[in-house]
Amino acid sequence: MCLGVPGLVVEVDDLTAVVDFWGVRRRVRLDLVDEPVAAGDYVLNHVGFAIRRIPPEDVQTTLELYEQLLKEASGDLMATDVRSEIENLKSEF
Amino acid sequence: MAALEFRDPIRAKALAAALARATGDVGREVSLMHVCGSHEQAIAKFGLRSAFPRDLNVIMGPGCPVCITDQPEIDEAVALARQGARIATYGDMVRVPGTAGSLADAQARGARIDTVYSVAQAVDLARETPDDVVFFATGFETTAVATAAVILAGVPKNFSVLSAHKYIPPVMEIVAEMPGTRVEGFLAAGHAATITGWGIFEPFVARHHLPVVVAGFEPLDILAALVKLVELVRDRAPAVVNMFPRCVTREGNRNAQRRLWQVFRPIGGRWRGIAHIPNGNLRLRDEWAAVDARRRFTIDLASLWQHAPSTLARQCICGNIMAGIASPDDCPLFGGACVPDAPVGACMVSSEGTCRIWHQYGGVPDLTAVARPFQGRDDRGAEGPALRDNASRGPVCPI
Repeated sequence: MCLGVPGLVVEVDDLTAVVDFWGVRRRVRLDLVDEPVAAGDYVLNHVGFAIRRIPPEDVQTTLELYEQLLKEASGDLMATDVRSEIENLKSEF
Repeated sequence: MAALEFRDPIRAKALAAALARATGDVGREVSLMHVCGSHEQAIAKFGLRSAFPRDLNVIMGPGCPVCITDQPEIDEAVALARQGARIATYGDMVRVPGTAGSLADAQARGARIDTVYSVAQAVDLARETPDDVVFFATGFETTAVATAAVILAGVPKNFSVLSAHKYIPPVMEIVAEMPGTRVEGFLAAGHAATITGWGIFEPFVARHHLPVVVAGFEPLDILAALVKLVELVRDRAPAVVNMFPRCVTREGNRNAQRRLWQVFRPIGGRWRGIAHIPNGNLRLRDEWAAVDARRRFTIDLASLWQHAPSTLARQCICGNIMAGIASPDDCPLFGGACVPDAPVGACMVSSEGTCRIWHQYGGVPDLTAVARPFQGRDDRGAEGPALRDNASRGPVCPI
């Protein structure tokens, strides 16, 4: 529950954005984000809200970490948490 | 490849050696606590405890939001469901046992329970139905900010919130003073601190003279943070150190914090099994009474509380585990009468619960079965020992 998931902002529409999470697109709310975001930015998503704009210099490291996690076997609890976050994102958009 | 650095066995070995050195310098047993399910997942999965020096004790404290939700709070949600409200909540909460069963049990008897991924979905649900929708709001401040955001944005009249949100800093104050644990330093969760900022721990450090290190959730992030924490204990240098600068600033996300305190106020309340925590619960402020389920409805708990807790539930030691004075291995139910498919206590329900994690990976690895890694064994080749991945062994049944 405390793990956010990073995604790429595709378009911004006032207080929401369409964000791409490993091919899954979902509308994410921007009420809580720490600074303005634009298409092309990466954000950290937590329960449907962007909670942080990921600074461009940190994007690569962040994505690699999650990609490593997503490769883990199905018994991996952290990977399962991240996968279920992405799976949950699918249901909404 | 930055990600691979985190699993770099040479770095792991160096960190384990540094940890052993610093602990040796202290010259006695040191107990540290982390308050994050993701930290425990990494520690258990990679068998990090086998790399810890004998005198270092790393305890999982109350870091699982599902687990610390108190039974009366579950009971309130169950009672409202039985009274006809539609309850929307995050997935794991549905299975956590209350005094008279879980929300899933209530659903099996006809109550309407909706599992949502986001509080925003619960608001959408209220827009689509004339029924009363009560969002059973659980989680720490990291999750409470989302509840605050939807309330500030405006919700339909049939939507209300049953807040079981908890606030982490006050529980650290209580656990730090518990005689049974003697915790000498805390590892704080990186992602939670993304919102609160690491500055939130400064008053705690000033009051208790205990160090706090903010850590990421990769195994080597955790090892590095533990080394720093033991060094701070050794040097009697209570301070907050941020070892997760990629994500965490001193101020945190001020926009989110402002919204949190516009909607919530801290009040005292019980955390399951631990204690009454002054300022540990987040309740809606008076100006949001109209969306506060506790003020909108008369919640009939008396009928639920006629049920005595089951014999099994009375044997559950979840509370002691979260207070850091017992391990899952100490529980007679663990892995036998209490398993992920049929949990007796909340710690076995959530993927962030200590019992669930230990059940999956084993908690303290059996060192008689494997060579002890990180002890400078040269016969493993020049690369040094890799972090041992307990996940490859599959679920561990301790009994």
